[in-house]
Amino acid sequence: MITAIVNVSLKAGVLDSQGKAVHHALDSLHFNGVSDVRVGKQIVLKLDTDDKAQAMKDVEKMCEEILANTVIEDYKIELI
Amino acid sequence: MKVTILQFPGTNCEYDTQHAFEQLGATTEIVWHKEESIPSDTNLLVVAGGFSYGDYLRSGAIAKFSPVMKAVKAYAENGGKVLGICNGFQVLTESGLLPGALKRNDGLHFISKHHHLKVENNDNIFLEELNNGDVVNIPIAHHDGNYYIDNAGLAELQANKQILLTYTDADGSVKNPNGSVESIAGVCNKEKNVFGLMPHPERAMELILGSDDGKAMLQGFMKSC
Repeated sequence: MITAIVNVSLKAGVLDSQGKAVHHALDSLHFNGVSDVRVGKQIVLKLDTDDKAQAMKDVEKMCEEILANTVIEDYKIELI
Repeated sequence: MKVTILQFPGTNCEYDTQHAFEQLGATTEIVWHKEESIPSDTNLLVVAGGFSYGDYLRSGAIAKFSPVMKAVKAYAENGGKVLGICNGFQVLTESGLLPGALKRNDGLHFISKHHHLKVENNDNIFLEELNNGDVVNIPIAHHDGNYYIDNAGLAELQANKQILLTYTDADGSVKNPNGSVESIAGVCNKEKNVFGLMPHPERAMELILGSDDGKAMLQGFMKSC
């Protein structure tokens, strides 16, 4: 059994309004020294396989097809 | 003129859309998303507004895998006319039938109000009843209406006259409610048979409800069929 942790976030050049709002909130709470905030989402998948290479291939396909919208989002996959 | 309207779990504008097109003289049929085909006499296919699949994951992301969407893609690729309103626009961008993507509104709020729109390009069947520069008053109601496209994509939209409508004030000056690139409210594909917009023309069919500017917009489709 492999667990895949997928982090999806807006691409670097795409304005992240939620990140900006959180940054603003941190400022008002006097948490200084935060230069940028990006908000994303995490998707955790349990896979019925022990083959990491295959798992990575499968999850990449899932990301391209549905988990991320690659017009605006990047994804990172971690297998454990 | 036969208008086919798609219905996903969470769609909520299918009856308004049906009423609007019937008011203009069309016959209509609502088609459930589990269907694998669309009626063969369809002249216009509308992906109506709402919150398909509760907007889970991303607006429109799950609807694109509904059985009926394969038929919609085939219909569009054969030159069939497709109109996506609000969530329908999101479904069409997610499906790759229209360029770009719809992000969360810049202000993070759901916006529900009448908004003015300027006609940018009427060189298509959708807006041919209007003139370039005309300003219409149409309701918007969305959380994820912030249109995004990269610079290369934007240049292509401009070169091919694919930008249909932009958000403005009553005088036609830019007024951007949600952060959309170039204040874009609606676009079409390069072939000009697939159209998408966030505002709701089907909710602007009666003066008593604030505006009937939606009539001239939807009328274009009636004339073309």
